[in-house]
Amino acid sequence: MDSFQQVLFKLKSYWSERGCVIQEPYDVEVGAGTMCPETFLRVLGPKPYNVAYVQPSRRPADGRYAANPNRLYKHSQLQVILKPSPDDVMDLYLGSLEAIGIDLRKHDIKFEEDNWESPTLGAWGIGWQVMLDGLEITQFTYFQQCGGIDLDVVPAELTYGLERLTAFLQGAESVYDIEWAPQVTYGDVRLAEELQFSVYNFEMADVATLWRLFELHESECRRLLDAYPGYEHKHRFPVLAAYDQVLKCSHLFNLLDSRGAISVTERVGVIARVRKLAVGVAQAWIDQSSREAAA
Amino acid sequence: MKTLPFLLEIGTEEIPDWMIQPALKHLGELFEGLLKDHKLDGKVSMLEATPRRLVLMAEGLPRRQPSSVELVTGPPKSAGESAAAGFARKLGVEPAALKTVRTPKGEYLAFKKKVQGRATLDILAAELPGLILKIYFPKTMYWTGKGGPRFIRPIRWIVALLGSRVVSFELAGVKSGNVTRGHRQLGKQKIRVTIGNYSSLLRSNFVMLPAWERRLTIQSQADYLFEARGVYVRPDAALLDTLTYLTEYPATLVGGFDEQFLNLPEEVLVTVMRHHQRYFSVYHPDETLAPYFMAVMNAPDDPEGLVRQGHERVLRARFNDASFFWNVDQQKRLDGRLPDLAHVTWQAQLGSYREKTDRVVALVKELGGSAHAQRAALLSKCDLTTGMVKEFTELQGVMGGLYARAQGEPEPVWRAVYEHYRPASMEDKIPSTREGCLVSLADRLDTLRGCFGIGLTPSGSKDPFGLRRAAQGVVKILVEGKLPLPLSKLLGENAELREFLLDRVRYYFRDVRGFKYDEVNAILAAGWDDLADVESRLAAIQAVRPTEHFEPLAASFKRIRNILRQAEFAEAGEVSEQLIEEGPERELYNAFRETSGRVRSGDLDYREKLAAIAGMRPVVDRFFDKVLVNAPDGSVRRNRLSLLGRLLAEFSVIADFSEIVTEGT
Repeated sequence: MDSFQQVLFKLKSYWSERGCVIQEPYDVEVGAGTMCPETFLRVLGPKPYNVAYVQPSRRPADGRYAANPNRLYKHSQLQVILKPSPDDVMDLYLGSLEAIGIDLRKHDIKFEEDNWESPTLGAWGIGWQVMLDGLEITQFTYFQQCGGIDLDVVPAELTYGLERLTAFLQGAESVYDIEWAPQVTYGDVRLAEELQFSVYNFEMADVATLWRLFELHESECRRLLDAYPGYEHKHRFPVLAAYDQVLKCSHLFNLLDSRGAISVTERVGVIARVRKLAVGVAQAWIDQSSREAAA
Repeated sequence: MKTLPFLLEIGTEEIPDWMIQPALKHLGELFEGLLKDHKLDGKVSMLEATPRRLVLMAEGLPRRQPSSVELVTGPPKSAGESAAAGFARKLGVEPAALKTVRTPKGEYLAFKKKVQGRATLDILAAELPGLILKIYFPKTMYWTGKGGPRFIRPIRWIVALLGSRVVSFELAGVKSGNVTRGHRQLGKQKIRVTIGNYSSLLRSNFVMLPAWERRLTIQSQADYLFEARGVYVRPDAALLDTLTYLTEYPATLVGGFDEQFLNLPEEVLVTVMRHHQRYFSVYHPDETLAPYFMAVMNAPDDPEGLVRQGHERVLRARFNDASFFWNVDQQKRLDGRLPDLAHVTWQAQLGSYREKTDRVVALVKELGGSAHAQRAALLSKCDLTTGMVKEFTELQGVMGGLYARAQGEPEPVWRAVYEHYRPASMEDKIPSTREGCLVSLADRLDTLRGCFGIGLTPSGSKDPFGLRRAAQGVVKILVEGKLPLPLSKLLGENAELREFLLDRVRYYFRDVRGFKYDEVNAILAAGWDDLADVESRLAAIQAVRPTEHFEPLAASFKRIRNILRQAEFAEAGEVSEQLIEEGPERELYNAFRETSGRVRSGDLDYREKLAAIAGMRPVVDRFFDKVLVNAPDGSVRRNRLSLLGRLLAEFSVIADFSEIVTEGT
């Protein structure tokens, strides 16, 4: 039986052998692997790019004080981007399941319609949730739009839920029982974190401070985006730093949401504010990279 | 002449199950259109699909189009010989082969040119790529890049055969050929086929092509379950359909769950199984839920029980979640959740659910709702703040009802909350109690008034607030709940809303209830404020229509209407007895007085009233035969017009007979 980390190793080497850059997790909080610049920005424009990385994804509202066997504040996604999507992308994907020891001839695999959409990122795609014996293990998406921009090249995005997949492989009833490494459980590694962040996210995070931080990051991003058009040496302009500010805003929004500080009415407005930043960054990125390509 | 069969298989990545059947039907229509447009014989003989392939077979196609003769017209004959020679040269024929044709503009030179029909193979090769991309899907995608072809999912292979030959074309970088693919995990991925062996080769590669066969496979295994274990699978046609088009080679498996979960409401368990896991629920013969489920897998068997164990694990986790919500939600009473509704937006301009609740309560009261009905209205939206409804949104209403029951609300209250989203569709039942009907009605009316009030009206296929369904529910509840409530008062002044609802009323009586369209028009023209009454009048007209006198009388009413219109006779005055001529006019007058007396008295039902009116036909006919309405004497003429006007007005209260379509009109 493979441990959690062995499953990760195997998936990474599988995709590495198929031409992917293996990246490390991005070091700013994100709600999903899609939000990392390696996906959000790289899918824009015509340049091919294949990448895979494990991304811890934080969703404050999903925290359950480490008391629910299936839900986590922070879970791990394996994010794979194949741009452009190869014709045999589905076979490649199924091959990755075999690589971690799933005998597909003995299991029930279904691709059920599930179109992905992120209003915060101005992004959407067409695809499926992949069901393995009734368990959703992967989101499979053909990106159509990102940052409000129609994509020139259609990438395939594969997002594996690593805890679920490993729990399935190990027959673990609770995510905390997963064997992370020999003699070490997932609970040993992460339980305290789940509990403490649930307490912080739901009870102790200071709403006024979070709003203040949100506005600081928003205005910093705004300031950079406003400076871009007049900046002379475009290639050295910190578009990537502006994008970090977007990610900060997005995470703070999620925190405020889990604190119950955002009413449904406000919600739409705040999402629109973050999207506006994301769209601005995407446009600057496209502009910057098209100049580089021309140079 | 020997004809050819044709096979087209569009191989794709998994198409959403619910889009497959309409797409297949459209493919068939497009192909028949292609044959017709190109004057090719033949007909579609089979349309089948799995998630990964849309398949069309046709037979009776000719090798080529029939040849035809085309008349090519040249210069006028008067243009002289050199023009004629030029024309002939262009056609590549001798000038002697030219003919002369007469046209309105004079004599022209012409040539009858034989046109050889194009080869069917070439026509299909040219037309099929465009035809495939024309198949309608509700949402399409790019996969080769921006500006490339759009389809529901990427096309990965195409089989196109006319007889034994490949119809050769390219679409989205895919070349058509004679190679198909089997089941993703179990079949070969390169299978050379002919039209003759196509279906059987698919089968041996774990693709059951006919949908009926996949359906039957699932169904027969469900039947077997009863024999084996004494429990039965409750039929669920929609779920069966979904699973039929979600699999290429289905088989069922029966799993179990811990009996302790049976303490949860059945509605919760069934929703989790049906909507989230696509499992069939299993019942004991006494209709209580059994701790089993039936799942359908896309594989022929599960010899080691691995698939079953997987499904059982997932369901256990789901049930654990539901059980958690059920317990946590009940720590707070439903009415204690009312203040929370202020934070749940119903619609940005129309405020929160708290405000909507207040309006609905007031409306229920205005409609004459009891204290129970008002209480139900107050609680109706509170479940929106429960964990269970946030997780399983389709349980809204139902959960509120279940929590209300668990918290000791009386049955009329909890049942009304439980059922207040009914009817969910035209096929669905309306709430079973008067309280439930009133809450459902008030909720929908509030939605309609609010949305129309701020201009959020449905357009085309866009109806984000489900206003059509809301309006249809209003109609269904008023009619089937036999609630004699005045629509004019319920709808308010908004003319657009009234028109919208009238449309739904028409749709309901015609398409759902099957009344003839002219009967519906006739009845609605006589008023539609009370829909329960509209239904009684419709039933009456339907019953009386086949009788001898009805349609002729309707024709006469139409004639009366025309006479009055031509005479520009707007106001029928009092009929003066003195001016009435003895004979047919007097007879009509007497019959009118006698019949209107009977119709006005409360003794007759609508059917009898209509029968009485129809009974006047012989006198009406005789009147028109013998009496000149347009009498030379002005006062006599006016008196006759008044008589006809009153007759029409008096008897148009039940139905406007002139709307009835009769033979010869």
